[in-house]
Amino acid sequence: MSERKATIASRVGLHARPASIFAAAVGELPIEVTISLENDPVEDAMDASSILSLMSLGAANGDVVVLRAEGDGAVEALEALVKILETDLDAE
Amino acid sequence: MQNFSGVGVSPGRIIGSVRQMPKPVSEPAVGERLSSSTTADEATASLRAASKVVQAELQGRAAAATGAGRAVLEATALMAADPMLIKAAVKLITSGTSAERAIWESGASVAEMLHNLGGYMADRATDVLDVRARIVAELRGVPAPGIPQSTEPFILIAEDLAPADTATLDPAKVLALVTSGGGPQSHTAIIARALGLPAVVAAPGVDELVDGTEVYVDGAAGTVSVDPAADEQALVAAWLLAAETLAVFDGTGSTADGHLVPLLANVGGAVDAVKAAELGAQGVGLLRTEFCFLERDTEPTIDEQVVAYRGVFDAFPGKKVVVRTLDAGADKPLPFLTDSTEPNPSLGVRGYRTDLTTPGVLKRQLTAIATAAADSPAEVWVMAPMIATVDEASDFAAMCRVAGLKIPGVMVEVPSAALLADRILGEVDFVSLGTNDLTQYTMAADRQLGTLAALNSPWQPAVLHLIRLTVAGSIAQGKRKPVGVCGEAAADPVLAVVLVGLGVSSLSMTARSLSAVGAVLKSVTLDEAKRLAELALSARNADEARTRVRAELPILEQLGL
Repeated sequence: MSERKATIASRVGLHARPASIFAAAVGELPIEVTISLENDPVEDAMDASSILSLMSLGAANGDVVVLRAEGDGAVEALEALVKILETDLDAE
Repeated sequence: MQNFSGVGVSPGRIIGSVRQMPKPVSEPAVGERLSSSTTADEATASLRAASKVVQAELQGRAAAATGAGRAVLEATALMAADPMLIKAAVKLITSGTSAERAIWESGASVAEMLHNLGGYMADRATDVLDVRARIVAELRGVPAPGIPQSTEPFILIAEDLAPADTATLDPAKVLALVTSGGGPQSHTAIIARALGLPAVVAAPGVDELVDGTEVYVDGAAGTVSVDPAADEQALVAAWLLAAETLAVFDGTGSTADGHLVPLLANVGGAVDAVKAAELGAQGVGLLRTEFCFLERDTEPTIDEQVVAYRGVFDAFPGKKVVVRTLDAGADKPLPFLTDSTEPNPSLGVRGYRTDLTTPGVLKRQLTAIATAAADSPAEVWVMAPMIATVDEASDFAAMCRVAGLKIPGVMVEVPSAALLADRILGEVDFVSLGTNDLTQYTMAADRQLGTLAALNSPWQPAVLHLIRLTVAGSIAQGKRKPVGVCGEAAADPVLAVVLVGLGVSSLSMTARSLSAVGAVLKSVTLDEAKRLAELALSARNADEARTRVRAELPILEQLGL
């Protein structure tokens, strides 16, 4: 199991356009990725490819989230996803 | 020949074939089970396939859209095949529920979750319900909800249109609008006037017309006739001829005897403003500032606002531009300002009242307006919406002075403001009558309800009396401060004459109506307008008021209005 933390950079938090971009990126991966808020238990982790889950997570600008994945290419995949979360997607 | 009669809300005569707006998708029965011939696996596969079809459709629409609309459609497309939505539905299917009922329930619980999160998320609940309806339509093999796609131009028939339909309404494809519901001030009417499309609303029975049926629509008379013949073709030809005369406004609003009534435009941004200036508008009587705020999650910065306002001011050098401060709430919710859970938003925290719950937004907006006005060639006036008391008017005027804005005013939309217009005009420099809201609040009738269309007419003698009272307030105050009208009433050439007769000093309307209003106004003297106003005031009801005045204006027949 690989695990990475990321700080949400988008001004509006992880919803609207940033959530769309992130969910679409996860959806293209061959592995399953979960997301949870930093202090939430692992059982509460949600499917990161679901825009609805991301919206219900309610991660605001500056919040730290944990991404988890297993399998081939998990490390590289999480690396790429962290980059997306740590970019201010609203500014683009 | 079969005829339907309704209320004409946007003039024009046209012949074309009809397309029905698909009926809203009905709820699959509670407890609906899988049919005996379908296995759970098959139903799951159908659901996944339908969700992919809907997703692809929405992605296609997103690709064709621009700006904020595109982002919303992209997010909605993702929702269509969202694991959270689909997994919950599949679980229900496995326990024997039909695919339609399963996605219906799953969508409902997701929408409820979003609704409970409040703010921006609550607004997205509508998108989930839209996606759900599309998937159910796909599973049933019926047309998706929304304006039909067609390669040929058509006359759109609907129950009523919602503001959201404007985004998908292509004026190159839609020839006219006809609705069985809605009223003269419904969104259908507003959309039709803004796009210059002939429109008839509140015409019962039109929803029975079969797609492809040829009809004649008269948007002034409010009639729809099936299988038009030579007579109707002649009427269409006559309209096209009259439309040429009506295409130009000479830029000076006046009665036949030279009493000047500036004809201004209602605009919602710089693009609108440039178009309005080209159509001869003598200024802007209503700049709706919501355009900078809508479809956003956060308040725009002062700098962003300055740029947006300046774009409008620049289109009217040396002319008046009346800026209305943010009018959020009711039918224009904003996630960072309004509470979407209010039981009765029309009577809730909206317009100027949002300054109570979210202080600061208005102050920053006034700063932005003052900054944009400072180096602008336009004469900038500012007014607040939904003012109900003299104190509110005085507080707003004080805020304007602090911001450095010289000409503060307020809208008269709440009957209390019309009743105390003299005292309110003691605090501010002008008032502008918002007849749409003034009508709905005077008659206690929701603007969107087709069943109340008759109540919801600015021709109601009670509404006309409140307008007269507002003018009387200006006279009593002593300085004859301006009393303008910026509601839909000003765009009705017949009612415009009455408003001038009641003593209104300027009329602001959708720019496309300028020429028709200007032409009819030029056909009467001020004394005649006053006489017609008396006829309307003393009428027994709205219909009688309108009929009486129309009968005295022969030019309407000539121009096909």
